[in-house]
Amino acid sequence: MAALRPARSALLSPLCRAFAGPSYQLSPERAAERRDAASGRVSGFCPPRKSCHDWIGPPDKHSNLRPIHFYVPENESPLEQKLRKLRQETQEWNQQFWANQNLTFRKEKEEFIHSRLKAKGLELRAGSGQKATLDAEEMADFYKEFLSKNFLKHMYYNRDWYKRNFAITFFMGKVALERVWNKLRPKPKTTST
Amino acid sequence: MAASPHTVSSRLLTGWVGGCVWYLERRALQESPHTFMHLFRSVSKQWITFQHLTFLRRMYVTQLNRSLNQQVKRKPEPVASPFLEKTPLGQAKAEICEMRPLPPPSLPLPRKPNEKELLELESASIIDSSLDAEKETKEEKHWKEMKLHLDDLPGVLARLSKIKLTALVVSTTSAGFALAPGPFDWPCFLLTSLGTGLASCAANSINQFFEVPFDSNMNRTKNRPLVRGQISPLLAVTFATCCAVPGVALLTWGVNPLTGALGVFNIFLYTCCYTPLKRISIANTWVGAVVGAVPPVMGWTAATGSLDAGAFLLGGILYSWQFPHFNALSWGLREDYSRGGYCMMSVTHPALCRRVALRHCLALIGLSAAAPALHVTTWTFPVISLPINLYISYLGFRFYRDADRKSSRKLFFCSLWHLPLLLLLMLTCKRPPGASGAGGEPRS
Repeated sequence: MAALRPARSALLSPLCRAFAGPSYQLSPERAAERRDAASGRVSGFCPPRKSCHDWIGPPDKHSNLRPIHFYVPENESPLEQKLRKLRQETQEWNQQFWANQNLTFRKEKEEFIHSRLKAKGLELRAGSGQKATLDAEEMADFYKEFLSKNFLKHMYYNRDWYKRNFAITFFMGKVALERVWNKLRPKPKTTST
Repeated sequence: MAASPHTVSSRLLTGWVGGCVWYLERRALQESPHTFMHLFRSVSKQWITFQHLTFLRRMYVTQLNRSLNQQVKRKPEPVASPFLEKTPLGQAKAEICEMRPLPPPSLPLPRKPNEKELLELESASIIDSSLDAEKETKEEKHWKEMKLHLDDLPGVLARLSKIKLTALVVSTTSAGFALAPGPFDWPCFLLTSLGTGLASCAANSINQFFEVPFDSNMNRTKNRPLVRGQISPLLAVTFATCCAVPGVALLTWGVNPLTGALGVFNIFLYTCCYTPLKRISIANTWVGAVVGAVPPVMGWTAATGSLDAGAFLLGGILYSWQFPHFNALSWGLREDYSRGGYCMMSVTHPALCRRVALRHCLALIGLSAAAPALHVTTWTFPVISLPINLYISYLGFRFYRDADRKSSRKLFFCSLWHLPLLLLLMLTCKRPPGASGAGGEPRS
């Protein structure tokens, strides 16, 4: 599991950069954070040996999505493999999108608060040491702007998510039917040795 | 002459609806806070909810007293909680960081270490790995096997179908049925309630099936069954189909085809129009209001078999009610909507949001006045409903003018009791049979 992590990070970091957009530079810490967030580390979890089900973990701290550790049966059929690969790929895709989305939101929110407080002539931390915040009505401008800025991104995401969701469910149905059929059909005669 | 069975049934229903709401409110107040978390579902537009909103009120109060982040209150749950426990991990991390100064044994050392240093390194690595192991064990405890236990299935399906919301939808259908003219037919009433309930379960399940990643990212919806992996998407869709088909069949053949058609229409409207539209345009609020208005219309058509003016009036009242209710609620959730990509008026067109809420508060007064004109109720109804209608309009006006959290909360909480009370008053003022055109006559 640990060996897989750098490979996955290496694969996903160019995608991360593509997602980041040209508007701002990624500092090394941020880049590392995004890489980590997007790769959605499954934290080295290993299910018990005798389990033959998928396992679902706690929500990821960046994407809020729960990672699934997929079970690979020994006699996995091509259809089952296709389904598993699709689910795995969708999981990574979702992880990347939402991790990026949430990180961007947090970052832009902080920048907005900072710039507004500066315009007001206030420091980020008040005299008492408490973090100064803006009230809901001032934040409303930011929320509106953020939503409209990301509107197209969400449109593409929605379309792709619906497609993937339907595809996964459809294949789940096919796999279920295949399993039922395998149980019901007459077993082939075993040749005597 | 003895009171007609219809009147008795109406009165029973009034008492039942009232008692239901009262009972649900009592339960709401008695439930412990952490249960609210589970019950605090989606804030996005839904079919009208009573108890749901009572829970929301409690949640809203605690949530709004916090920062904008709307962090979920940490609940004292056993380790099997799905929440990522940040504090213990943070502590473990800090401890690990403190151990860092000692070089890890895997790196090549500049000179051959003597035994003492080796022992130190080994102990450091043991402590390191034990802390790592502790952290991992804690994380591993949060991992759950995705195996469906039959014992859990009823609870999971109840949450999937938003059973409490469904119950409230069925109660508005019952109100529509009871308000319709004609003799009260108990078998028809039960079939209508069951059919509508099944249709609502199906629609809610499909809604959750579509919205898994979005629900994960909003505090109120992150404990839904599909988000937590307690049920597979295939099973969710199968369940929805197993509810929709018998539900619609029951309505079409057990009641009448018109009600069945309305049921199908509403399922379609909710799952295929409202749900995707939430992320595309603010028009979703209007579509959602129609979704909320259809169940009482279905109740009416089940009783009478036709779409009369009375049906439209009832639908209109519920339609108008959705706006002050939802717009006020959405005012405090702008951050979540913005981050999650939901197109809501409160985020994109705040002035419109408040204007529409006020407009529809005033419309409720007008619709209440129209009720006797359309022979649904007696003229007593607009008179006795005027105080509550004026009050919600006043709060709507305050929300429009002040546009702050306080006024939005007040309007939202008012809408929670306003609708049940309005429906109750309608039921008590229902026009008695045979008294058409001469409202106010005492019943014989």
